[in-house]
Amino acid sequence: MTAATLPAPARAVGATGTEVGPRRDPRRRWSPTSTLILLVGAAYCLLPVAWVLVASSKSAAELFSTFTFAPSTHLFDNIKTLSAYRGGLYWRWMANTALYAGVGGLASVVVSATAGYGLAKYQFAGRKAIFNVLLAGVLVPGVVLAIPQYLLLAHVGLTNTYWAVLLPSIISPYGIYLARIYAAASVPDDVIEAARTDGASELRIFRSVAVPMMSPGLVTVFLFQFVAIWNNFMLPYIMLGNDRLYPITVGLSGLLNQGASQPAMYTSVVTGALLSIIPLVALFLSLQRYWQVDLAAGAVKE
Amino acid sequence: MTKLTIEVMAPEASSAQVGPRRHVASHRVAPYGFLTPAIVLFIAFLALPIGYSIYLSLHAVKVSGLGLGKGARHEVWAGLANYARSLSDPEFLASVGRVGLYGLLVVPMMLGLALLFALMLDSRRTRARAFSRIAIFLPYAVPAVISSLLWGFLYLPAVSPFYYLFHRAAWDVPNLLSSQLVIFAVANIAVWGGTGFNMIVIYTALKAIPTELYEAAKLDGCSEVAIAWRIKVPIVVPSIIMTFVFSMIATLQVFAEPVTLRPLTNTISTTWTPLMKVYRDAFTRNDIYSAAATSVVIAVATFILSFGFLRLVQSRAFSQEKS
Repeated sequence: MTAATLPAPARAVGATGTEVGPRRDPRRRWSPTSTLILLVGAAYCLLPVAWVLVASSKSAAELFSTFTFAPSTHLFDNIKTLSAYRGGLYWRWMANTALYAGVGGLASVVVSATAGYGLAKYQFAGRKAIFNVLLAGVLVPGVVLAIPQYLLLAHVGLTNTYWAVLLPSIISPYGIYLARIYAAASVPDDVIEAARTDGASELRIFRSVAVPMMSPGLVTVFLFQFVAIWNNFMLPYIMLGNDRLYPITVGLSGLLNQGASQPAMYTSVVTGALLSIIPLVALFLSLQRYWQVDLAAGAVKE
Repeated sequence: MTKLTIEVMAPEASSAQVGPRRHVASHRVAPYGFLTPAIVLFIAFLALPIGYSIYLSLHAVKVSGLGLGKGARHEVWAGLANYARSLSDPEFLASVGRVGLYGLLVVPMMLGLALLFALMLDSRRTRARAFSRIAIFLPYAVPAVISSLLWGFLYLPAVSPFYYLFHRAAWDVPNLLSSQLVIFAVANIAVWGGTGFNMIVIYTALKAIPTELYEAAKLDGCSEVAIAWRIKVPIVVPSIIMTFVFSMIATLQVFAEPVTLRPLTNTISTTWTPLMKVYRDAFTRNDIYSAAATSVVIAVATFILSFGFLRLVQSRAFSQEKS
């Protein structure tokens, strides 16, 4: 990797097309320019992550006094302090976030899969109209929704509860759009017809025939929605007043606010930020192959 | 077409259900069953709130007497008064100007980098591709609040490695969180967080291009840069357009980054972006009516910008086809 950044004077950057003899395969020749550009981009993207790794090992005094990337030995003390904060409130935020993103993501997949399958595999009155209206939802900015959603949920007494964050997160026009594409592409009509001839009910055909065929695409729908809910800030920020219901984003933002008056809190904020990105980063690295998104065709390629 | 289907459907549904007919009827009804959860949720959490927002934006509270006790405050029709107030509010106009500048900084920078990185990833002659792809995509896994928090600390002169180096070199560098520069500080966070996702979108489109399309050009002695610019980029233009539209919508709604940075600097006001103003009006000032009007204005502007852009791009694409 270090070698890649070194200049390679013998090699020309552009393809010359005059390859002869054993060097005929141009793929072997590599370009230092493009490699360097990518590595600079990678370094830029890793900089804050590298910093938070180092900074969370520093004590409150060291955070603002020692060199940025000079590590220290206080990581476990910092985790202990953070865990002790108001009886483990931080871990409750983590659990809440997992609940919002996990349950919300799963419910969203169920709703998107049924709706997408219904739109893709049946001819019925109003199909086009329903699809167009649902699709228009992709472009609705969250801003017009958040405040009236709050007021409407307040009418039924659901604000400041888990439901206030969970329920609005379930509907995902983009998820329905994707699920429709997967259903159309991966479930053949004759398979459905064959199952019908065998006397299977429509719901059973969906559950036992369509869902297994659509499942790789449904994983992607889940991941999208999971990340969207995990990263969401405005909805819980507006809906929740009780800090025991906060997800990690709202919780850490509040903790940072307190740091303004008690700088000792900053160490906890930094440690909390580090711990909070570990689960999502792990999820990304383990499920990388599902992240190939073609927005223009709307499909996710395997 | 709609009417036809209903007419066909009605007699079947009412006829005696025997044998194969029962199946026909059940798969006429089934799609509505499958769509019911989505439609109910769509109405409850999208259609109804939008309608309610519009309703609120056209009303105001009238206080009678001293405004004490029940019934002293009631909703009255306000016409477009809330809109007039919102559109002429200097704080709102300032926040719109700020977000406009912010968008001009973020969107071209982010998509330019995303396209550049995607092309590099697509080139077989690039080394360390798997590592770079993961590293550049990683920020997508970091919530905007957390990334603002990390960058926020890195902007503080006491923490930043850059200020450390500048200080060593005895350079006097202005604070990035000062009122003139804070917009760049926020823009950098958005670019950092969004480049990787857009890169993956463009890269996926690039991978779908059949290699034969540029192998021939390569044999003809075309350089990699020329192949990228003349063959690859024109093919992935639809993906770039979609990333542009989605980035624009996200830019107009910037909220989490400035709200998170606020405790670290005193240069971000409570009405720094249009959305922050909506939040302040609704929850600090309890004026949900003008907050609703402002949010409808933002939504309409978003629609006009995204559809207008798509129309513009489409008509240009068609005129190119004709010529």
